[in-house]
Amino acid sequence: MLVSVYRYNPETDDAPYMQDIHIDIPGGKDIMVLDVLHLLKEKDTSLGYRRSCREGVCGSDGMNMNGKNGLACITALSQVVVDDKLVIRPLPGLPVIRDLVVDMSQFYKQYEKIKPFLINDTPAPTMERLQSPEERAELDGLYECILCACCTTACPSFWWNPDKFVGPSGLLQAYRFLADSRDTATRERLAELDDPFSVFRCHGIMNCVNVCPKGLNPTKAIGKIRNMLIQQAT
Amino acid sequence: MNELRTLTFDAIVVGGGGAGMRAALQLAQSGLDTACVTKVFPTRSHTVSAQGGITCAIASADPNDDWRWHMYDTVKGSDYIGDQDAIEYMCSVGPQAVFELDHMGLPFSRTETGRIYQRPFGGQSKGPDNPTQAARTCAAADRTGHALLHTLYQANLKAGTTFLNEWYAVDLVKNEDGAVVGCIAICIETGETVYIKAKATVLATGGAGRIFASTTNALINTGDGMGMSLRAGVPAQDMEMWQFHPTGIAGAGTLVTEGCRGEGGYLINKDGERFMERYAPNAKDLAGRDVVARSMILEILDGRGCGPDGDHVYLKLDHLGEEVLHSRLPGICELSKTFAHADPVKEPIPVVPTCHYQMGGVATNIGGQALAPDKDGGHTVIEGLFACGEVACVSVHGANRLGGNSLLDLVVFGRAAGIQIEKQMREGYEVKDASAADLERAMARLNRLNGSTEGADVAAVRKELQATMQLYFGVFRDGESMQKGLALLADIRKKADNLYLDDKSNAFNTARIEALELQNLMEVAEATAIAAEVRTESRGAHARNDFTERDDENWLCHSVYYPQDKTVGKRAVNFAPKTVPAFPPKVRTY
Repeated sequence: MLVSVYRYNPETDDAPYMQDIHIDIPGGKDIMVLDVLHLLKEKDTSLGYRRSCREGVCGSDGMNMNGKNGLACITALSQVVVDDKLVIRPLPGLPVIRDLVVDMSQFYKQYEKIKPFLINDTPAPTMERLQSPEERAELDGLYECILCACCTTACPSFWWNPDKFVGPSGLLQAYRFLADSRDTATRERLAELDDPFSVFRCHGIMNCVNVCPKGLNPTKAIGKIRNMLIQQAT
Repeated sequence: MNELRTLTFDAIVVGGGGAGMRAALQLAQSGLDTACVTKVFPTRSHTVSAQGGITCAIASADPNDDWRWHMYDTVKGSDYIGDQDAIEYMCSVGPQAVFELDHMGLPFSRTETGRIYQRPFGGQSKGPDNPTQAARTCAAADRTGHALLHTLYQANLKAGTTFLNEWYAVDLVKNEDGAVVGCIAICIETGETVYIKAKATVLATGGAGRIFASTTNALINTGDGMGMSLRAGVPAQDMEMWQFHPTGIAGAGTLVTEGCRGEGGYLINKDGERFMERYAPNAKDLAGRDVVARSMILEILDGRGCGPDGDHVYLKLDHLGEEVLHSRLPGICELSKTFAHADPVKEPIPVVPTCHYQMGGVATNIGGQALAPDKDGGHTVIEGLFACGEVACVSVHGANRLGGNSLLDLVVFGRAAGIQIEKQMREGYEVKDASAADLERAMARLNRLNGSTEGADVAAVRKELQATMQLYFGVFRDGESMQKGLALLADIRKKADNLYLDDKSNAFNTARIEALELQNLMEVAEATAIAAEVRTESRGAHARNDFTERDDENWLCHSVYYPQDKTVGKRAVNFAPKTVPAFPPKVRTY
């Protein structure tokens, strides 16, 4: 198999380049892309990429594989390889630090902007705050986000306005707190999103839904925020 | 050394998992100038992989539940070498720590009355006289660790904690009095090495499951805190005690929660027999993890394993129905399809006991202060050094941890360490600065690696180490094979001390980090192997073919590994809880 991998070391390279490497997959097995990277790194220790849990829950190894964002650890070769070739690039739209490692500051900044924590200024009870199973079910499909940035870096609106558009991941989290029956800051949260960019730069392209490795639907969550903003305005 | 930049804080927490972030939160809320130093962005820490839940007597599933029952289960689960004062503290303070998590926003699953949902887990009873299965594990579906870790990160953002994300702690810095005064760390992005100066240093670096070839642990679980403390001369306690989780996915090693069996799943052999009924007639599939793991291996060794090579057994879940599986165990369905190509709704998951958890670690008191047990049965406090979570051995897990107790350990003792440090700082704790020579000592290992012109290959040595530990120090052990393993480790040690770093660049150099991590794995593996060979009995997770019985006369105690001379001593177990009578050792059956 031919692996073409994006290489860039700021200390030695004037510009990024694609490195083509032929590798034999041990036993011809259907291994994960992350396993391929491990094989490459055994031969060339200078190859840089992030990884941690290797089971699709930590969100470290988001990257672009044959044109589609995903997690290397849960993407099997059979899912992505075309004509015995695999092209691996860093997530698009963010500055590259080295090889497949991108600078995620802008992504995290947007996450922090939506105040991703529960706000409830009423005194806490001595036990848990009660929440019905139905209220809790409102958080399903939202809290599972792993902050891998696959969605946000697949979004053309984020590419254009990474500083002003919160992006699909951040908005999914914004709605996660708007939807939480234990949170009392709905009005303040909506007020902070109520500008032409934060939410309304979403044009429903749905790349986010297409690439989310956890099967989440940021577009739907964004739709719900829009409705809340419109309802509040009327 | 004058080119070494210094960052100064009151306290630093090394590690951004559950324990580290709970400690950091406590410290940030107390107003101390605190930084959390973490080699990965916090939500990439291994706590994220915890699935089934956090065990705690919050009396939701059973309004009459009692933390003393939880305490009893934990003492019994530990095979009686868990410290009863620490277990008492964890189980009694637990509910408060769990409710705090709810107040921070943790999206727990709920009961019809709106309370936190609790599921049955292994080793849970309703007290010493009532072996009825309890349901005491608070859950957020089967993603409790993920929910907990993200919630703690969010709470820290709210509290304004300083994070040094993607910074790698290399070694501890000790002053002339032997007090710990911070650490040497590398900013991974730029490669800059700095001295992070602090009056209190909390190790919250997690476990080191990567010493084994087959593990549920993340790739980052390389025992960095253990490596740092052992190199600094801090003894390690109960390092022979490693938990093998009954259900790692065969081949891949990824975890399948005990919650599967809590929800009604069970293990079968190749004949379709529910074999745990033979090994643990009462608790069956929900016996202690050590008991279940050994039973599985015995089934496999007796030729009743599943698959073409008969090298695993099956976890059967399909009888629970699609609705239960998708609502209670959605993450497992996902993992199983990805890594076992099996949809649990239709077919069983191939599973095998897989290294999961380090019960041993840095001995601490309840406030997280690191202790140096001496050879006469006493101990001294190591000034400035704290530990909490998996790297610590407080010890609430003893020889075998109960499922769901690791997440409780994290939040209870992360919190306790923060409280203890705040108290000391308020009392005016002061230490002498590190001298240039002190810093030079802490830089020695990194300097050697950076100057290496030849030596051993990191990936090759790592593989050799992991294979050796897997083969000679696994679920069943015996003296003769451990001797062989020890001889091999001595040889691997020479290579690990002499690694070659071929890529000496600065920007995000993961080769350098992997070399430093390997040396930490080496320290942990060596401590494990030496302690395992010395403990001549079977207790909890430590099972020997040549000493098959528990030996309370000689070994109802902690082991203490001394890194200076690589010897092993003993330390008394605490049998003096403050508010309840101690639970005396009994024969442990499920």
